[in-house]
Amino acid sequence: MRQDASSVRQDATSVRDNMDSIVEEGARGQGALDPQEPPVAETPAAAKTKVSVASQWQLMRWRFGKHKLAVVSLWVIVFFYLVALFVEVIAPADPNKTNEDYKYVSPMPISFFDQNGHFSLRPGVYALTLKRNPETLRVSYVVDKSQWTPIHFFVRGDTYKFWNLWKGDRHLIGLGGKSTDAPFYLLGSDRLGRDMLSRIVYGARISLSIGLISVFLSVILGIALGGVSGYYGGMADTAIQRTIEFIRSLPTIPIWMALAAALPPGWSPLKVYFGITVILSLIGWTGLARVVRGRFLAMREEDFVMAARFCGASEARIIFRHMAPSFLSHIIASLTLAIPGVILAETSLSFLGLGLRPPEISWGVLLQEAQNIQTVALSPWLLLPGVAVIIVVLAFNFLGDGLRDAADPYSR
Amino acid sequence: MTAGNVNLESQFGAGAGIQRDQRELLLEVRNLKTYFKLDEGTVRAVDGVSYNLYRGRTLGIVGESGCGKSVTAQSILRIVPSPGQIVDGEIIYHRRQRESAGQSVATSANGGGFRGRFGGRGPSRVAADGVEQIDLTTLNPRGQAIRDIRGNEIALIFQEPMSSLSPVHTVGHQMIQTIVLHQKVSKEEARERGIEMLARVGIPRPREAIDRYSHQLSGGQRQRAVIALALSCKPSLLIADEPTTALDVTTEAQILELMKELQRDLGMAIQIITHNLGVVAEMADDIMVMYLGKEVEQAPVEELFHNPKHPYTKALLRSIPRLGRKTGRRLESIEGMVPDPFSIPAGCTFHTRCPFYKPGICDDPQYVQVGPNHWARCARTKEIS
Amino acid sequence: MLQYFIRRILLAIPTLFAISLVSFVLIQLPPGDFLTSYAALLAQQGDSTIAGQQLVALQNAYGLNQPVYVQYWKWISNILLHGDFGQSLEWHLPVSTLIWNSMGVTLALTVSTLLFTWLLAIPIGVFSATHQYSPMDYVFTFLGFIGLAIPGFMIALVLLWVSFRYLGMDVGGLFSRQYQNAPWSVGKVIDLLKHFWVPLVIIGLEGTAGLIRTMRANLLDELHKPYVIFARARGLDERKLTWEYPVRVALNPFVSSAGFSLPGLINGATIVGIVLSLPMHGPMLLRALLSQDMYLAGAFILLIGALTVIGVLISDLVLAWLDPRIRYA
Repeated sequence: MRQDASSVRQDATSVRDNMDSIVEEGARGQGALDPQEPPVAETPAAAKTKVSVASQWQLMRWRFGKHKLAVVSLWVIVFFYLVALFVEVIAPADPNKTNEDYKYVSPMPISFFDQNGHFSLRPGVYALTLKRNPETLRVSYVVDKSQWTPIHFFVRGDTYKFWNLWKGDRHLIGLGGKSTDAPFYLLGSDRLGRDMLSRIVYGARISLSIGLISVFLSVILGIALGGVSGYYGGMADTAIQRTIEFIRSLPTIPIWMALAAALPPGWSPLKVYFGITVILSLIGWTGLARVVRGRFLAMREEDFVMAARFCGASEARIIFRHMAPSFLSHIIASLTLAIPGVILAETSLSFLGLGLRPPEISWGVLLQEAQNIQTVALSPWLLLPGVAVIIVVLAFNFLGDGLRDAADPYSR
Repeated sequence: MTAGNVNLESQFGAGAGIQRDQRELLLEVRNLKTYFKLDEGTVRAVDGVSYNLYRGRTLGIVGESGCGKSVTAQSILRIVPSPGQIVDGEIIYHRRQRESAGQSVATSANGGGFRGRFGGRGPSRVAADGVEQIDLTTLNPRGQAIRDIRGNEIALIFQEPMSSLSPVHTVGHQMIQTIVLHQKVSKEEARERGIEMLARVGIPRPREAIDRYSHQLSGGQRQRAVIALALSCKPSLLIADEPTTALDVTTEAQILELMKELQRDLGMAIQIITHNLGVVAEMADDIMVMYLGKEVEQAPVEELFHNPKHPYTKALLRSIPRLGRKTGRRLESIEGMVPDPFSIPAGCTFHTRCPFYKPGICDDPQYVQVGPNHWARCARTKEIS
Repeated sequence: MLQYFIRRILLAIPTLFAISLVSFVLIQLPPGDFLTSYAALLAQQGDSTIAGQQLVALQNAYGLNQPVYVQYWKWISNILLHGDFGQSLEWHLPVSTLIWNSMGVTLALTVSTLLFTWLLAIPIGVFSATHQYSPMDYVFTFLGFIGLAIPGFMIALVLLWVSFRYLGMDVGGLFSRQYQNAPWSVGKVIDLLKHFWVPLVIIGLEGTAGLIRTMRANLLDELHKPYVIFARARGLDERKLTWEYPVRVALNPFVSSAGFSLPGLINGATIVGIVLSLPMHGPMLLRALLSQDMYLAGAFILLIGALTVIGVLISDLVLAWLDPRIRYA
């Protein structure tokens, strides 16, 4: 009987806890599905077959779809990047166009009622009249309800060079026609009478692209070094790990500040831009390298990698055909989580005057205008670029969170 | 109450009543239903299980993974994890009065405590022979009453000896804490008892071992320490949930032997849960076979192995590899897969895999007596045998 | 245990050496050398003869006309042996007279912020994990995300603006004007406390968000482990059981991650210090960097780097002391 016992046990363990795992998951209160089940309510039998033939990416998509906040965030990010792509068209005005008469104008409300109080389906803005307080001599603007200008789409306005390639003067929104010179400051204006909305839109291009490019550089460094470290181990691993540990124990902002301060003042804006990008990625790669190394280490031991090796697959085939699909998702997730850090860093550096400098426009540069608290107290809309930063960073964090959950569809 | 329950009454009314003369009832599980309500549907992990445990005897519960064996055990101790809920049934624990008076002062005091909490109805009643009957399903799972039973009167051990002990506390810390919690003794005394218990389970140099961390013990020693810890308050029931699955065969035999010895010493009942028929054959007096949250057959060990009535039991027994059988023959396995837990088949739950299935006959099999102390849930037992 | 401690402390030495190298490189980075700009400055003030003598003296003192490694050696040995961090170009003072006050404030602020974040993060993390997917858990998770997403200087700016605009007070700085240069008194301490919490909360918010998430995740990993169920099955009270077993185990990775949260705290403190114009390293470092006062900047970077390395070291030692698995490894 003893012999019987142990062999039966081996058999039984091979048909291991199918339901126990579900029950356990339930126990964790995991609202998330058992990965064997698709998220949609279908008859279990049909669902079962559908799931068993679903590819890894399909499973990830189902799982990602469950994370509503991440899905919304994805759309928010897509929206912001579309804006960054078509900055010239979307911004209502030239961001560097100053206007002596309209300094520190507060955001102008959009109204559906024209100067006669009639409802109009086409929204418009009222004109402003300048008023000077006789005692404090402070200038303020008063809404003049007797003048109302409708907003039009794709109007002619300031000329621009789209992507520095094509000339154009069409803007997504504007007052258009004869009223091009009427004040149109939906998000207010700054100390030189420049349109905040246009400046924020233009700022998106630099702030968002710096995140992407810098993370791209980090990824190359991180995958190369992390991969070497995790796949080959040994001395290379030790050396790279020590380096990573060292870099991670450094306080990044002071170092960034010093590096940024060391950029020659004579550099062109484009050079400064790439300089900052490189500086940010020099430190940012460590996080990704750790993830890559960890995945490599874990996967080296996986049975399917072992099996591929026994089948005589080449190293390259093992890495790209067998290992890459399972860690690509993780890399995408950690990459997404790395972008907001870079955006925040750029913003902070530029805010301190160590990053990009005017006339370049990034959200950090715009926030420099908000350094003086007296100014902010009177014109709080100068903080709006910060709101844009927060929205984007939040969206990236939620998206990264959702991707990370979805990255491993077979877990839990 | 459903028809199934009437049936149960007949089982326990007649069968258990006679047995009470030779065997002393310790725990009655009646029509227990523990469900897990998840987003995707309800998992009926335990779906109307009934059985009895007797003092000093061992019941083996056998079944495939996911048949509800473990959840049954968790239900008894009221530690079913979160979305799981006991939705129906009773678990009557028979507590000897002298035990509760003599062994633990706290217990008897709290016996009064929960009676107060539950108003006049009360989960506990004292029978004439001085045995207090407590319905565990009515207790507050976080309350004092059930906590006085856990570890003190009913102990649980399970399969992972590696992770059953805290990685950052010494064995002694956990033992002393448990003993002091349940018994009116000082820490020093508890420590002495702990050392005694460690020696009893065969851990060498217990005086040193008590200050060890779990990572400093070997696998077999860890499981011994877990047993010592579970039995440190001399419970009257030990529920062992696959206690030897993670151990190698030699260690397994030693641990099973140890459990039998301790059972003789302490006079406790054991409910051993396993998917290993060899283990139950060695340990148990009676065996209950479970399939998809229901008991399908129950009989004394010899009877069940030699004269199985339910097709599922037969199939289980056939799938045991045997010495002396012709080589080259494939090991028999049970046809088909365990059904999806969200959609358990209607009628006889085993019909999807049963070679004897006849539509019309197998729609609502009853749990019927097929021999002395032998019960099976199959409509066709007569034809099959 | 002692062996582990000694080994770990010895391991920190090359890291400190590397930090000193980084700081030195940063001093060397700006185009043109420090003496040229110093000479130009002195020449502007019109006293070229004294300038010439001073220059020669300085050149000798810092080995500026010698190879780079000699310069590094002179720089670091001056610091280690004499506490001499060099001369501040802008202030015409030895760097060592300038840094210690502000480094003291930095140290006090970061350490109290660290304690503050822990006091906040541990109970919230435990609550979130034990009440997973409850409304409060969602609230904390969401607040945590917000805390992560809002840059410290934004919070500082908004706080400054709100208190200036609506409360009519200036929460920047560490002291009110009347106490600025006053000798220490009870009033001054109270005034300090009134100002101290502002940077504390702002810097802490960022760190707390991360720590809550770490604590929650760690504890969730532990909560369903067999040793917890086993403890429950022995009759332990739920609250006691949670805090004694899984929380205790979950604290270990938490402690080690806390060491790494120190650089983050310093980052926050740097920027928030600048926005709130606190008398700490941030504003001085910024000013030094902008005016290329490199010995001063280098001294700050060296000290801040050393501070975080020592912080990580301490957290490792605490971890070893807490976790028997490391202690007896």
